[in-house]
Amino acid sequence: MSAPMISLQSLSGTTVFDQLPAGAKSGACASSSCGSSAKPHEMDSAVWEKIKDHPCFSEEAHHYFARMHVAVAPACNIQCNYCNRKYDCANESRPGVVSERLTPDQALRKVIGVANEVPQLSVLGIAGPGDACYDWKNTKATFERVAKEIADIKLCISTNGLALPDRVAELAEMNVDHVTITINMVDPRIGAKIYPWIFYDNRRYTGVEAATILHERQMSGLEMLTARGILTKINSVMIPGVNDEHLIEVNKWVKERGAFLHNVMPLISDPAHGTHYGLSGQRGPKAMELKALQDRLEGGAKLMRHCRQCRADAVGLLGEDRGQEFTLDRLPDKVTYDASKRETYRAVVARERGDRMAAKSEALGMVKTAGSGKSLLVAVATKGGGRINEHFGHAKEFQVYEASPKGISFVGHRKVEQYCLGGRAEDKSLDGVISTLEGVDIVLCARIGNCPKDRLKEGGIRATDAYGYDYIETAIGALYAAEFGSEPLAATA
Amino acid sequence: MAFKIIASQCTQCGACEFECPSGAIKFKGETYVIDPIKCTECEGTFETQQCASVCPVSKTCVPA
Ligand code: SF4
Ligand code: SF4
Ligand code: SF4
Repeated sequence: MSAPMISLQSLSGTTVFDQLPAGAKSGACASSSCGSSAKPHEMDSAVWEKIKDHPCFSEEAHHYFARMHVAVAPACNIQCNYCNRKYDCANESRPGVVSERLTPDQALRKVIGVANEVPQLSVLGIAGPGDACYDWKNTKATFERVAKEIADIKLCISTNGLALPDRVAELAEMNVDHVTITINMVDPRIGAKIYPWIFYDNRRYTGVEAATILHERQMSGLEMLTARGILTKINSVMIPGVNDEHLIEVNKWVKERGAFLHNVMPLISDPAHGTHYGLSGQRGPKAMELKALQDRLEGGAKLMRHCRQCRADAVGLLGEDRGQEFTLDRLPDKVTYDASKRETYRAVVARERGDRMAAKSEALGMVKTAGSGKSLLVAVATKGGGRINEHFGHAKEFQVYEASPKGISFVGHRKVEQYCLGGRAEDKSLDGVISTLEGVDIVLCARIGNCPKDRLKEGGIRATDAYGYDYIETAIGALYAAEFGSEPLAATA
Repeated sequence: MAFKIIASQCTQCGACEFECPSGAIKFKGETYVIDPIKCTECEGTFETQQCASVCPVSKTCVPA
């Protein structure tokens, strides 16, 4: 069965669902299955309802839905060694970085402006710089104003947890369903190496004493949220030599306290950012080191692998930042919310999504029946919608999947420098792409030229555009069966 | 007796504004400023000057 292919391009002005070539394959009807990190049938349906439109809480949703962050709460009550609130750079993408700070009224204008233009928008987050629970007046005013205008938008905050216990009751009242707490340690001696100070109860604390208070507040905030059924995501920054081994312990603690997801993110450190870690030369982990740690955490609290560590004012699908299109000076002074685009988009997604789930479960079947113990690491160039629909040379990141007897799972993404800039292929950046793709067996993309293909091959990586515009899982299932299966390749359409 | 903010250091996060017990800190033009008449150096209210304690940038809220 083939679902109707609709291009949302005309509707949304974005390129999520590319115009699909007539022959694009679609999945067969089968029992539905889908992945956040868990499948809906393994998951409480109330939970699935909560996460199914949230790109950060559900891996499956991140192919379809977009989030936006508004920076309305710049004040912070702790200092982290990886943070510096003083500098902003429009070209970089990392948490905490913003180009404009907004008042709650400006934020409302921006949210409406984005909702009118970006139909994928489903989540509004407040994620810094600063702490949303500490700078509560601004956070609350923003949420109240937006919820009044756009009733179905999901509200989400990130916090360091210090002020969290004071805010749980109000968060529950405002229907904030998703809270992210950054927890980097459960041992205050390790905490003391990450946090130089905290401001609590009207004074500044330092060292182990500071980390102990922070730790206790984080744990009680988490427990209070769990008790109220609010979903929590724990973000941990992996800092090699400081807390990398320790995160295994952190994972256990947060699992015991009901955390829904655990997201281990690599430390980003660069002297140019002016952070303590950047200046002291603390390095961040390599992609394979991060994956190794995440693999060791399997079986503990569920892992999030699709985080893009976006800027704190990011707008759009994960992996895409359209924030610069929606700065205040580009927004009309008066905006009125128009629900039509978002509603149409949702209807199309509902259909496309059902089709993709069916395709995915069929693909899983292929991997399982191939009956091989081997695993295959596949990098995919995609613009969203769960399809292989990006050209190799245009990809700014690759999504990495692992196919193994356990199934097909998303393991992470790797950012690359675009190989084709303005039509010119850059040799230097191709070398960069090859080293970024270390460990990957096969690259899938919508199109690739012979030259980069050959160069990749010399680097030990195969690349093909044979599955262009297919669903990601369908292609991987077919590939896996072709590589390891005893049966000849089954038809995929 | 009052505190002041070194404007060139300030990140304009505003943390000092809402911690100040005397309502002495306001955003004026491009930066936060302390009204020396209102500032009490937090005497009688807190052991340490709240603006200096919460400010993420060291040596930004200093004695005038
Ligand atoms: S930083 Fe991570 S958690 Fe936050 S919106 Fe981006 S992907 Fe989601
Ligand atoms: S010293 Fe105290 S009273 Fe004076 S500005 Fe700072 S916080 Fe306000
Ligand atoms: S706390 Fe410091 S950085 Fe923040 S606004 Fe006040 S003086 Fe500026």
